[in-house]
Amino acid sequence: MNIVIDKNNKTLENPAKEIVYKTNELNLWYGENHALKNINLDIYENEVTAIIGPSGCGKSTYIKTLNRMIELIPIVKTSGEISYRGRNIFEKSYTVEELRTKVGMVFQKPNPFPKSIYENVAYGPKIHGIRDKKVLDEVVEKSLKGAAIWDEVKDRLHQNAYGLSGGQQQRLCIARCLAIEPDVILMDEPTSALDPISTLKVEELVQELKKNFSIIIVTHNMQQAARISDKTAFFLNGEVVEFDQTNKIFSTPSDKRTEDYITGRFG
Amino acid sequence: MKLIDHSKVVKNMAPRLLWNQVFKVIFFIATLFGLFVLGILLYRIFTQGSGYLSLDFLQNLPSRKPERAGIKTALIGTVWLVGVVAPVSLLIGVGTALYLEEYAKKSRFTDFIQVNISNLAGVPSIVFGLLGLTLFVRAFALGTSVLAAGLTMSLLVLPVIIVASQEAIRAVPNELREASFGMGATKWQTIIRVVLPAAIPGILTGGILALSRAIGETAPLVVLGLPLFIAFLPKTVFDTFTVLPMQIYNWTSRPQEEFHALAAAGIIILLVMLIIMNSIAVLIRNKFQKRY
Repeated sequence: MNIVIDKNNKTLENPAKEIVYKTNELNLWYGENHALKNINLDIYENEVTAIIGPSGCGKSTYIKTLNRMIELIPIVKTSGEISYRGRNIFEKSYTVEELRTKVGMVFQKPNPFPKSIYENVAYGPKIHGIRDKKVLDEVVEKSLKGAAIWDEVKDRLHQNAYGLSGGQQQRLCIARCLAIEPDVILMDEPTSALDPISTLKVEELVQELKKNFSIIIVTHNMQQAARISDKTAFFLNGEVVEFDQTNKIFSTPSDKRTEDYITGRFG
Repeated sequence: MKLIDHSKVVKNMAPRLLWNQVFKVIFFIATLFGLFVLGILLYRIFTQGSGYLSLDFLQNLPSRKPERAGIKTALIGTVWLVGVVAPVSLLIGVGTALYLEEYAKKSRFTDFIQVNISNLAGVPSIVFGLLGLTLFVRAFALGTSVLAAGLTMSLLVLPVIIVASQEAIRAVPNELREASFGMGATKWQTIIRVVLPAAIPGILTGGILALSRAIGETAPLVVLGLPLFIAFLPKTVFDTFTVLPMQIYNWTSRPQEEFHALAAAGIIILLVMLIIMNSIAVLIRNKFQKRY
């Protein structure tokens, strides 16, 4: 027990870290299906928070709730509260456009637009009314560098993004996400469609990005969660079974179900 | 270090959201426009024609006296016409689409066919009437029969059915074909068990639009020389006949006011028939869509 207290104290050691997302008694239904049950989670600034769990446990649903993408499905109903930087995102006056300007998202499959590499990255700033060509050029370069893909594409910025490999496309999508200079980056299984080398590159990138962004990443790959995250939440059947420091979850989980899952006994 | 001026982003938020709303309203008005016109049309027709709607109107043969005139020959004639057009145009149309999409290799020749099919869709219907007159009525000596008119109408709607079916077949994901071929299925087995069931909703949508057009077309039938006044029903596809739009055309061209009202009543019957056909298509489509 002493160890547990010590590890818990670690969070307290760093009181400067602010809470970005505070989820309070969140419930979500797909029609009759109760998909998320009484979720309570705090997500801290400049950390990588991993969400793990078997298929259908609600982890993707949860991450899509954080930028309200889940509302694209018409039958979804929610209750409870998620506050982002102290403001409830379900508030009527809080528009999704405003929220998503601050919370970027990277999807499971690379989804670049059928435009040039440059246009892909410049899309975000452009829709937000940034027209100054010099600023756009700078933003594109900085974002592509930030996504560790600049050296590979700097000579072909105006070629179609579909000519890139899958791993490059995914890093381009991360660059596109960085271009609006968000506060939080949501990643929904960003490496599940990538080969091991591309996966490694994205993982290294995540480590780099957390200096400037708060990252929430859904992953099927437990080694990945263990490698790159600071905190890990284990979801099962729409509930958070355990949420703690990653090294504690993977060394001395306090719940039997977490232990069974991470040791591969089920799921 | 931030490159983007975020105060500008915040400032731009309000106009962006405003434009978002503006376009929503514009598109809603565009939708209302169509509804409005349809509403006026329906109102005009119903106020004019509803007085003449009765069971007698459906059961009576045409007559020179408006109070005794009915629409039976035209109504039955339209059913006969659909009976010829639907099987002929769907079989040939879907067959052509399947050949072009699934079998034919892309070549100059198939490109040529493709361009011509699209062009045919734009040819005025009266030209198809002339074609039918020379080919079916005269050369094949079918006269002004159900068969001659049905084949002419089939030619008219074929391009539409082919293009719609091609679109539907193309929209079936290649993964499904791969899955079937991967099990050792032949091309025909893949088409009949996987491709067609997945494409049927789209094919039916195009088919029903085409049939609705065949029901409503008048010009090619006038060219074929279909009788405007006929007091008996066809017994085989080789008999002469008339259809709803011909009957409506006939009545509207008469000077008496009563016949104009009869024409409005005829239009109501034609609209009802179209609605019934579209509903059946929607039902069939829903049935097929549930499987996937």
